Amino acid sequence: MTHQYPALTAEQKKELSDIALRIVAPGKGILAADESVGHMAKRLNQIGVENTEENRRLYRQILFSADSRVKKCIGGVIFFHETMYQKADDGTPFVQMIKDKGIVVGIKVDKGVVPLAGTDGETTTQGLDGLSERCAQYKKDGADFAKWRCVLKISDNTPSALAIMENANVLARYASICQQNGIVPIVEPEILPDGDHDLKRCQYVTEKVLAAVYKALSDHHVYLEGTLLKPNMVTPGHACPKKYSPEEIAMATVTALRRTVPPAVPGVTFLSGGQSEEEASINLNAINTCPLVRPWALTFSYGRALQASALSAWRGQRDNATAATEEFVKRAEVNGLAALGKYEGSGDDSGAAGQSLYVANHAY
Amino acid sequence: MTHQFPALSPEQKKALSDIAQRIVASGKGILAADESVGTMGNRLQRINVENTEENRRAFREILFSSDAFSSQSIGGVILFHETLYQKDSSGKPFPAIIKEKGIVVGIKLDKGSAPLAGTNGETTIQGLDGLAERCAQYKKDGVDFGKWRAVLKITSTTPSQLAIQENANTLARYASICQQHGLVPIVEPEVLPDGDHDLQRCQYVSEKVLAAVYKALNDHHVYLEGTLLKPNMVMAGYSCPKKYTPQDVALATVTTLLRTVPAAVPGICFLSGGQSEEEASLNLNAMNQLSLPKPWKLTFSYGRALQASALAAWVGKSENKKAAQEAFRKRVQINSLACRGQYVVSGKTDAAATQSLFTASYTY
Repeated sequence: MTHQYPALTAEQKKELSDIALRIVAPGKGILAADESVGHMAKRLNQIGVENTEENRRLYRQILFSADSRVKKCIGGVIFFHETMYQKADDGTPFVQMIKDKGIVVGIKVDKGVVPLAGTDGETTTQGLDGLSERCAQYKKDGADFAKWRCVLKISDNTPSALAIMENANVLARYASICQQNGIVPIVEPEILPDGDHDLKRCQYVTEKVLAAVYKALSDHHVYLEGTLLKPNMVTPGHACPKKYSPEEIAMATVTALRRTVPPAVPGVTFLSGGQSEEEASINLNAINTCPLVRPWALTFSYGRALQASALSAWRGQRDNATAATEEFVKRAEVNGLAALGKYEGSGDDSGAAGQSLYVANHAY
Repeated sequence: MTHQFPALSPEQKKALSDIAQRIVASGKGILAADESVGTMGNRLQRINVENTEENRRAFREILFSSDAFSSQSIGGVILFHETLYQKDSSGKPFPAIIKEKGIVVGIKLDKGSAPLAGTNGETTIQGLDGLAERCAQYKKDGVDFGKWRAVLKITSTTPSQLAIQENANTLARYASICQQHGLVPIVEPEVLPDGDHDLQRCQYVSEKVLAAVYKALNDHHVYLEGTLLKPNMVMAGYSCPKKYTPQDVALATVTTLLRTVPAAVPGICFLSGGQSEEEASLNLNAMNQLSLPKPWKLTFSYGRALQASALAAWVGKSENKKAAQEAFRKRVQINSLACRGQYVVSGKTDAAATQSLFTASYTY
């Protein structure tokens, strides 16, 4: 710990920092369209569509054909490898379609989870082998950021110290390699919402996990200004009998981040987990109206929460493509407002609640 | 890492958070008047005054009875054990005087350094034994915050991994114990300015040290909103041939803090190290003028940099009391402006203010 051997030049740092800031510019977030082939199978199955390469291409085309309205609310799109090299009906590469809208192209680079022997079903994530060469190639092919997802689970015995430490370490190695190749790493330490634990438990675990992640990033000499964080919001487990308001979720989430995420990180782009489209927007909005000082952008990196309506509007029919695209644009705009704390809800109640619902954070 | 066993109740958290906020309220900083008997001896020797208990008491009385020592610019004062139980000339206990002025009383809690065998002259800090009982007693006697100074040194082989980790751990243990007894812990991981290293080296080391400190605080379940940080500014070593401006120091310091100190920490109160009074004010001012986002207060916790001129004016003679208080008032006023970025240097500065107060390997 005595001497510095600079990992990046000043120019490399500036490039990374500029990319990160473009992605999380005010009012913008990320479309996570990086579902793997297997994952897409589940989505398409739900709407009765066959999981072929062509159907996956047609579906992504629906999203990427969105008009210029998305320019002000989408800062980045995360691709799956296959999609990086697909084209629209008229032969335009998808990567180019996205770049032409001024949106930054990202790529999922992890290779899925593998078990940690000796634990209660915990995992780490693989994908470090040859990662540097892959990043260099993706950079040439138009990608400027990447994503790597680690997974932790809350139960009586988990997450264990090993799972936290190992996943934090692997995230830091991935981040370091990305930056060497001009790619901004999105660091995603997802704590699953499975379980019946309450909000406090999730907050506690989230704080421990994020503290470990940022210590690992420091140890690995990662340039924080050239990274983004993609965490879970702090929520109760799906099977928790107690219900919480968006303000409680916001307070717990922002408190956890304030205690662990250095202000140098330019943006936090939440995953939507199992939340519905509306829930994910309402919660993001509450996070952005939370009365605590928030030194990073707080925005979205949503998959399902941006695409669910579009998928069900499409149902695999070309005739429904325009209507499906419209559904996506609507959710994108709603989340763009939520990222500014200006979304007033789908009509009924929530948004109008106001600051009085925020309980002082000494309780968190 | 699975379950939370709350260290503090919401009421305890609120009490700690309120104390911390009071100390670093806008325009306020800390007077570090906790020089040990030995260190006071060094100070008094420089002005040819005998190091007696009465002389130490008399000088502190000059400071505490001055109009400048008010809650307008002073949020807290750190005392040495002896001073906590001393009285002014009319028999009024110092803590009572201080509290009446609306200033928070603090106490130095560490018991000095101990060597780390097998290292290149590195140390850890003692004082954990019976610390809980001491904290409880001090709280009864009017104290609301504590201070503990860990020391690290930059050379070609230091600070070592062990020194960083051991000092971070003892700081975290001290902080945890303080909070259990209603005392806000000021966490002081001082990286000494001794040496010829440049600004970058100091920044690198400071980032590593602070990352380790905040990981340790997290591991020990310390409530960050109820703590304060007292770090060194990021500066070149005193024998470094290259000179840097206050803006260089400000940018390096704030960058370091943005990368390591969570936004939940309410305030950062810099130590002055061996800086002259004027240097310490100019550097603090430059930091507060930076347009980078700063989610914590940036203020002072100065010993020498608030008292040097006053000592030089006093030279142990009671008839110099007013002159000493005037010298003190000037530095208090300037630093109160500096912690709001409003200090405008006018004309010339006096000799005592610009005299370097550097003493090799400074220990209290």
